[in-house]
Amino acid sequence: MFKGLIGKKIGMTQIFDENGAAIPVTVIEAGPCYVTQVRTEERDGYSAVQLGFGESKPRRLTGGQLGHLKKHNLPPLRFLREFRAKNVEVKEGDKLTVDVFEVGDHVDVVGHAKGRGFAGAVKRYGFGGGPKTHGQSDRHRAPGSIGATSGTARVFPGKRMAGHMGTHRVTAQNLEVVLVDAERNLIGVRGAVPGPKGGLVLVKEARKQ
Amino acid sequence: MNEVLNAVKPPRNPNIPDLNIGDIVSVFVRIKEGNNERVQEFKGTVIAMHESATNPTFTVRRIASNGIGVERTFLFQSPRIEKVTVQRHSHVRRAKLYYLRERTGKSARLKQKFTK
Repeated sequence: MFKGLIGKKIGMTQIFDENGAAIPVTVIEAGPCYVTQVRTEERDGYSAVQLGFGESKPRRLTGGQLGHLKKHNLPPLRFLREFRAKNVEVKEGDKLTVDVFEVGDHVDVVGHAKGRGFAGAVKRYGFGGGPKTHGQSDRHRAPGSIGATSGTARVFPGKRMAGHMGTHRVTAQNLEVVLVDAERNLIGVRGAVPGPKGGLVLVKEARKQ
Repeated sequence: MNEVLNAVKPPRNPNIPDLNIGDIVSVFVRIKEGNNERVQEFKGTVIAMHESATNPTFTVRRIASNGIGVERTFLFQSPRIEKVTVQRHSHVRRAKLYYLRERTGKSARLKQKFTK
């Protein structure tokens, strides 16, 4: 059965297990999501489920979007995202809520990392930087050598240097589900999740278990 | 704090009374050893409280044998705390008593505060 949800990251807190040990938890407000389209091998060349999340005002959507949703009499939804799925077992128009997951499941959570702007090599790639003492000036967070001299006479493509960091898609794999609250549409996973509070996240079944 | 998070967070352990900085307290903690469960007392001074919305804590400092200072931070929400008793209050003028770490013996004492 297909398991996946679109949600909003609420923030982190901690809860306690039966032994009284504290568990760090990221709370995600997930669903209710609607299956807006099922992609099939025959028609689309791949198999996937398109989910919609986040009701909005009809005037905020384009006519095409509204028509797409109207096909199955769905409310106006702000976010549509596709999830690759092998055995789908859901129909278009179906409603998915947090109870597709249960406590003890493992999930992958996809988000967009917080933007770090133009970051240096120390922050961006974990470089060690230069020596802090022994007469160094301007070398504390420098990336070091970026290549050989006239032998190559160029810098190889892909050389890790300073540049824009963050706002890219990040997947946190194999997070344990520790809390499911069907009443409030909340799901809690152990550990941190990429992205800012309020950011859109996708919760899927863990690929590597 | 976010309302949704507020609804999810565990309640404060009802066996912990209101504490003040400088209080001499005994914290009784349930400890699991194999299959046995027993209660251990940790007696000392409350030197810090971290009043966070999601995970408030308090730190207790005690002087163990050989004059070695031991600090332990407890969670206000922890279900492992059996009870906390307050032995006495102290007259203190700051929120964090980290200066006690540099002191031993007589100079590490706090003046007792009597409340009605």
